[in-house]
Amino acid sequence: MNRVWSWLALGVGLLYFFLPLLGTLEFSLRKRKGEYSLDAYTAVFADPAFRATLGYSVGMALLTIVFGVLLVVPTAYWVRLKLPRLRPWVEFITLLPLVIPAIVIVFGYIRLYNTSSFLPLTGSASGTNLLLMFGYATLALPYMYRAVDTGLRTIDIGTLTEAAQSLGAGWVTILGRIILPNVLVAVLSGAFLTFAIVIGEFTLAALLNRPAFGPYMQLLGANKAYEPAALAVIAFAITWACMGLIQLVTRFSNHTRVNA
Amino acid sequence: MQPTKAPRRPAHLWNWLGVVPFFLFAALFLILPTMQIVLGAFRSPDGGLTLANLRGLFTPNIMASYMISIKISLASAIMGCVIGFCIAAAVTLGGLPRWIRGPLLTFSGVASNFAGVPLAFAFLATLGRLGLVTIVLRDWFGVNLYATGFNILSFWGLTLVYLFFQIPLMILIITPALDGLKREWKEAALILGATGPQYWRMIALPILFPALLGTFALLFANAFGAVATAIALTGSSLSIVPILLFAQIRGDVLGDPGLGYALAFGMIVVTGVANAVYVWLRARSERWMK
Repeated sequence: MNRVWSWLALGVGLLYFFLPLLGTLEFSLRKRKGEYSLDAYTAVFADPAFRATLGYSVGMALLTIVFGVLLVVPTAYWVRLKLPRLRPWVEFITLLPLVIPAIVIVFGYIRLYNTSSFLPLTGSASGTNLLLMFGYATLALPYMYRAVDTGLRTIDIGTLTEAAQSLGAGWVTILGRIILPNVLVAVLSGAFLTFAIVIGEFTLAALLNRPAFGPYMQLLGANKAYEPAALAVIAFAITWACMGLIQLVTRFSNHTRVNA
Repeated sequence: MQPTKAPRRPAHLWNWLGVVPFFLFAALFLILPTMQIVLGAFRSPDGGLTLANLRGLFTPNIMASYMISIKISLASAIMGCVIGFCIAAAVTLGGLPRWIRGPLLTFSGVASNFAGVPLAFAFLATLGRLGLVTIVLRDWFGVNLYATGFNILSFWGLTLVYLFFQIPLMILIITPALDGLKREWKEAALILGATGPQYWRMIALPILFPALLGTFALLFANAFGAVATAIALTGSSLSIVPILLFAQIRGDVLGDPGLGYALAFGMIVVTGVANAVYVWLRARSERWMK
């Protein structure tokens, strides 16, 4: 009896999650009248704006990841090593982006960093790009910080630091060659999640007027019929790839740890 | 000659230096922008203190927007919690094969991040006027979905779409809590003569209750702040608060900037309250999970 209900709950859930994916896939193949074809995908891939915006977003995602790692790893390490009293505060701050809606944060950016402010970032394209990257880093902060902090918990950073220091290592060496390799799996998990978030992000890019993939998708959705479905399939594949890579690096690390 | 050795600074001052970049970043790109909004909501165009901006929120239009936003967030959070709980319970406690768990959690990770513009496209392609489900229902079962009053560009339509990321988020958060229910508790209850439903009503649910309600608060804030899905799905035909604020920011020159601040401030208050509830209940629930 119990088991029947369980299968029922799982079945209904699967149906709900499977149908939109199937529907999107089917719809994306319908562009040619009367038969299934890949025309919608051909049209999307042939669109120069598709390549330009996706390229822009991939670049932004990579920059965000590099910046996020440089910001989060030393901070999480330092707080665990030297300032454990500060941990609740740092954790609270890293969770704030889940509380404050992204649209509110970007509204604040527009007002705070306009051309007549102390830091006129929105005045130039490169300044706005930088602001957008900081915004993405803010959105990714909860995930990145939690991933890295969990990774640091599994290693004995106190002993590792002392051992490295007694061999004459400086802080950069310790962070770059001792701590980072030890939490690499956690960092990569955070990185792939950041990538998935940044690629499809719409609100920040649209309101800061940057040519990113999210606003491009929205624009195409307002003007075309079948191409948006093809884009949704592509976006889902990217998200799935990111999550798959997280699983892969996690499993790979367990494997090596068992063998060691 | 300078003295060869500078007097040692107190160690704790040097320690604080290590977290300066983080706090600087948080201040510049998280705290200050938010403060700007909060202060702006109470500031008149000439710089004085005023409540006029907030009073501007109490017009029938804007109040209706807040109401429909809160209603959609509540509905998608309640349904996300209930359905997500059922699926998580089925997999952890319902006697399903263990191999289902891994793929389910991975898929939940994917689906909870599959929000925004592509999610809207997926549902338009499925339940829109020419969507797969709409056509299958019409051609195979003779049911005209849109004649029944259903519309994907509506309150229930948007709720249905939001569930696509709400349910997986619930599964991801509640599965560890369900794993924390000790088998001994159930055995003890059954030995003392409790029935299955009694065990759930009097033991398991009270223990899980703070976690459930806390997750509910998180899902609520999650739906309340969502912009992209709604814009890609409805354009601007459904006036929920994030869409209103988006239009306000876009068309700044036409609108009243004070009202924009007030709208954004209202959003912070609503999600802030939801998350304060979450934090408080989370702390309570963890007392039982040691």
